[in-house]
Amino acid sequence: MTEAPRAASPAPAQPVAYEKPQPVVDPGTKPFWDAAREHRLSIPRCRACGQHHFYPRELCPHCHSDDLEWVDASGKGEIYSYTIARKPAGPVFAADVPYVIAMITLDEGPRMMSIIVTPDVEQVRIGDRVSVLYDDVTPELTLPKFSLDKA
Amino acid sequence: MKREAVIVGVGDVPLKDGRVVGGGSVLQVQARAAKAALDDARIPMRDVDGLLVAGLWGVPGPGQLASVTLGEYLGIFPRFADTTNIGGSAFEAHVAHAAMAIEAGYCDVALIVYGSMQKSERSRTLGGRPPVLTMQFENVWGIPQPVGGYALAAQRHMHEFGTRQEQLAEIAVATRKWAALNPAATMRDPLTIDDVMASTPISDPLKLLDCCLVTDGAGAVVMTTADNARAHGSRMIHVRGYGEAHTHWSIGAMPDLARLTAAEMSGRRAFEMAGIDHSAIDVVECYDSFTITVLMTLEALGFCKPGEGGAFVSGQRTAPGGPFPLNTNGGGLSYCHPGMYGIFLLVEAVRQLRGDAGDRQVAGARTALVHGTGGTLSSGGTVILANH
Repeated sequence: MTEAPRAASPAPAQPVAYEKPQPVVDPGTKPFWDAAREHRLSIPRCRACGQHHFYPRELCPHCHSDDLEWVDASGKGEIYSYTIARKPAGPVFAADVPYVIAMITLDEGPRMMSIIVTPDVEQVRIGDRVSVLYDDVTPELTLPKFSLDKA
Repeated sequence: MKREAVIVGVGDVPLKDGRVVGGGSVLQVQARAAKAALDDARIPMRDVDGLLVAGLWGVPGPGQLASVTLGEYLGIFPRFADTTNIGGSAFEAHVAHAAMAIEAGYCDVALIVYGSMQKSERSRTLGGRPPVLTMQFENVWGIPQPVGGYALAAQRHMHEFGTRQEQLAEIAVATRKWAALNPAATMRDPLTIDDVMASTPISDPLKLLDCCLVTDGAGAVVMTTADNARAHGSRMIHVRGYGEAHTHWSIGAMPDLARLTAAEMSGRRAFEMAGIDHSAIDVVECYDSFTITVLMTLEALGFCKPGEGGAFVSGQRTAPGGPFPLNTNGGGLSYCHPGMYGIFLLVEAVRQLRGDAGDRQVAGARTALVHGTGGTLSSGGTVILANH
């Protein structure tokens, strides 16, 4: 686990680096993260059964075919469930509390975990419509987060 | 004649305030629990030829070869090893696997053992799991581990069925009443539903008192054949049925966040094998990592219908004196929870069926159901035990 910086440490000369966990990208997941950097939400679709899935796998988890393609999802979906983190997942998330983590059912079918970016965490509800937004947290990493469609 | 596998010994180590009395390394405490269980079985360590372990919590590197490391430490040369680790339900699966191995003649005496010093070692946090492989799509978001996944399930259950937080609190309160009857329990002070509702929010809708403890602990179970049990004068408990299943690791891949599919699968199989129905069960020990775990488990095992768990546990029905004795040692919520709790479900069920449970004894308990849940509602292991 990443330790919180000690108070006595000298202040960094550069803007504070992104200290939260970053995905350890592997060959099976690289197309997803590469697309995110281009502000696209790319997920696998099975040519055999027609269903999408997420996270990306080598075989379709529905029909186990290996005939898969990457397609751009609409970036729209609805909240299947959510939790408001009142305690952080380690010190690097402490400044974000409270924050909303949601399971989003994409309009294409699969569920995806992400953050709901909102000024008021208390207004989030199951069934709320959401749309993707792209947070370029480093030059190499873009995180697809979501915001509520309701005002 | 067919060999019948039976449980003949259970053991644990004394705890005070959630720490192992006298301290020790994770290997020492497992050795103590193993000796206690073997003494209880009246079987010597040298007879153990099957070793079942789910992992050596906190031991990196070579310690990941759990049975090899522990077998060496115990001074035994097992001819049957099972290091199945499906989370905290692993020990229920171990009973099933040991029963199959013993009945097939593959081993004669099986030792199932677990220990952890996670409280003393302060090794538990809400974060810090590496975002690799399947976890790169969840751990980047800062979901508190593992409570956040259970919170997502609780929120969905409340949405679909109208389950209320006060109903979840009923479970914590009833479990605390059982703990008050168990001198070994870590938390024994009385608790009210208001106390649970007012406890520190962790990951909505779960609060501190919806969550299991973080303690040390070690436990062990010994199994052998019924013939061998008679030869040693051991007090045997029969294994009537078992089942196991797992459905996902990532919470995003859980088939239905409001239904515990793994328990539905393992429970159905265990009941079919035992050839009994729910009315034959006198006491239930089920994994209570969080209050929602219990509610979903009772529904999945068929003690009530999907969505009716909230009503089922209301009015303190699972407390001492109630119609449904549940988690009679005080559970992971109030007795102990050393990372993987499933071994203690078995230890308590055996004590209940032997009439050894002291102030918390369920009168006339003849048949017990044990159900472990592991991961993030990921795996299930069901075992049905009987003293007749």
